[in-house]
Amino acid sequence: MKKVFKVVDLDCAHCAQKMEDGIRKLDGVQKVTLSFLTQKLTLEADDAQFDTVVKEMVKLCKKIEPDCEIIL
Amino acid sequence: MSKKQKKSLWRIIISAILLIIVVLLPFDGWMKSFLFFIPYLIIGWDVLWRAIRNILNGQIFDENFLMAIATIGAIILGDFTEACGVMLFYQVGELFQSYAVGRSRKSIASLMDIRPDYANIKQNGTLVQVDPEEVSIGQTIVVQPGEKIPLDGIVLEGNSTVDTAALTGESVPRDVLVGNEVISGCVNLSGLLKVQVTKEFGESTVAKILDLVENSSAKKAKAENFITRFARWYTPSVVIAALALAVIPSILFGNWQIWLERALIFLVISCPCALVISVPLSFFGGIGGASRCGILVKGGNYLEALARTDFVVFDKTGTLTKGSFSVSSIQPQEGISAESLLETAALAESYSSHPISQSLRTAFNSTLDRNRVSDVQEIAGHGVLALVDGVSVAVGNDKLMKQQNLTPVNTTETGTIVHIAQNGIYQGYIVISDEIKPDSAKAISLLKQQGVRKTIMLTGDTKAVGEAVAKQLGLDEVHTQLLPADKVSAVEELMKQRLPKKNLAFVGDGVNDAPVLSRADIGIAMGAMGSDAAIEAADIVLMDDSPSKIAMAIQISRKTLRIVYQNIVFALGIKGLFLIMGAFGIANMWEAVFADVGVAVIAILNATRVLKISEFKENH
Repeated sequence: MKKVFKVVDLDCAHCAQKMEDGIRKLDGVQKVTLSFLTQKLTLEADDAQFDTVVKEMVKLCKKIEPDCEIIL
Repeated sequence: MSKKQKKSLWRIIISAILLIIVVLLPFDGWMKSFLFFIPYLIIGWDVLWRAIRNILNGQIFDENFLMAIATIGAIILGDFTEACGVMLFYQVGELFQSYAVGRSRKSIASLMDIRPDYANIKQNGTLVQVDPEEVSIGQTIVVQPGEKIPLDGIVLEGNSTVDTAALTGESVPRDVLVGNEVISGCVNLSGLLKVQVTKEFGESTVAKILDLVENSSAKKAKAENFITRFARWYTPSVVIAALALAVIPSILFGNWQIWLERALIFLVISCPCALVISVPLSFFGGIGGASRCGILVKGGNYLEALARTDFVVFDKTGTLTKGSFSVSSIQPQEGISAESLLETAALAESYSSHPISQSLRTAFNSTLDRNRVSDVQEIAGHGVLALVDGVSVAVGNDKLMKQQNLTPVNTTETGTIVHIAQNGIYQGYIVISDEIKPDSAKAISLLKQQGVRKTIMLTGDTKAVGEAVAKQLGLDEVHTQLLPADKVSAVEELMKQRLPKKNLAFVGDGVNDAPVLSRADIGIAMGAMGSDAAIEAADIVLMDDSPSKIAMAIQISRKTLRIVYQNIVFALGIKGLFLIMGAFGIANMWEAVFADVGVAVIAILNATRVLKISEFKENH
């Protein structure tokens, strides 16, 4: 399944890079791109694990950059 | 300015005023030191808080950490003014940076402002606005003048002109009539249109373009990957260097305060932000600007490759020529009028659907009475035999004439030659050729100006036709009589001849040259308005079919790359310089903050230059 999320208050480009790298390593993630410029996160993950992946992803991003928020 | 930015601006103003007051107050000693904490905490509390929080989360070596360490270090050394000032300066820089990023985000968004917001549907006699995604194939939508066409479709009612500039960069509006196809993303200018939807929103042209441009940042250019890799080892190694600078000389020479201060300066300079933001921004801006000119680039890597184009290989038909045949000259024998020769030929060919027959009929341009024609006999590879007004007529190539025991006139004219004989007597010939596009010659000369070393044409046509076109356009090389499969091997052969690290671009119409498009270093498909196949196969897609856009694309790619390299050299140069100056004690903390934040702001402003597309348009 593929889904696009909007990301608000993404102010730091290399945090975006860190988040992207981190999400890519999560279990069940097939492909992820986080564009600093369009402030959009595109996630492709296994259907069965999708909800857990999203939860893990939000948790991870809160850890890396607490100011920015992924809109679900 | 956003709310967050306004808040930050107020904090900067308030703490700056407080800092000045504290400096001017006639206190001394611990009282003054204590008062300095007020502006310091107002301006820096969030940095300190984030530094602590990030360390707890296992994220060290970020900007907040560096700024916190640097200012706390200054406080330990007793430089209170410096600690406040550096924090203040840092926040000013951050504000600038956030503002500049916000602005470029906005201008990129406006470049891609082709997404339609709504579609009008008639329900119970009234127009209702619905989300374009909810409209299904076969439904009828109404597009009023001034509105964007939300979905691809066919005009059922009304006629109008549409502005395709957002998709193609072409400023001359197109006329649309009943039965014409219209493409989403265009703006309806004059009349009311009723359109039957032929594609769902997700499959429509506008959705595909947006998807392509937005996802283009996923395919990163080498320069971008370099920056990512660089940032990964750069910050930790500068931090280690700073640590070494604080400890080793202090042990050797004493005077730990001096070395600590120099180490702090090192830390402030060490953030790679200028590069991490500005390089992807430049590529994205280049791709956005190109899309506004009707050039879709599928990724930063292709934009980078395009800047190093050495050879441009063109397919002939549909790329340099219009791909539609038309009569270019009529040469009757003495005593016969051109008009009647054309009429005879058009009549004899009136039952054929061959492109040549069609062009004869188009050239004749009045109604043909098919009842005057009988006993039509098509001879494959030769031509047509028929009775026109009861008289036997032969229309075809020289093989047909020889078969009829006639000797046709030898001609040096290029194109397809159609000979005509009536009642066993040779009447003359008509030349049919493919028209060269009006801007093909200009495209070749522009490419030469851009430093493209060789322009080459590949064609399945005869040697005579191919060479004539090549000569007329000023191409360097032409390969004729190629079967579709031969084109791949011809391109492979040419790829061996290009300079190392340079690229070969193949330009085709995307209809049946997909293998060549994917084999070449860069595949460029043109005339893609509404053609999905071309969009799939190519790396770069030209929305309209003017070949001079290739030169424009190269120009945009070169400008983007130039800005990227400027930023890399500038940012690394300044940082390197300040690191050396900091180590020798020449640069102070203030200058270090400039080397960090100031450089980032300048690099971002430089990157936004790529968004100015008007200068490219002027040249074309």
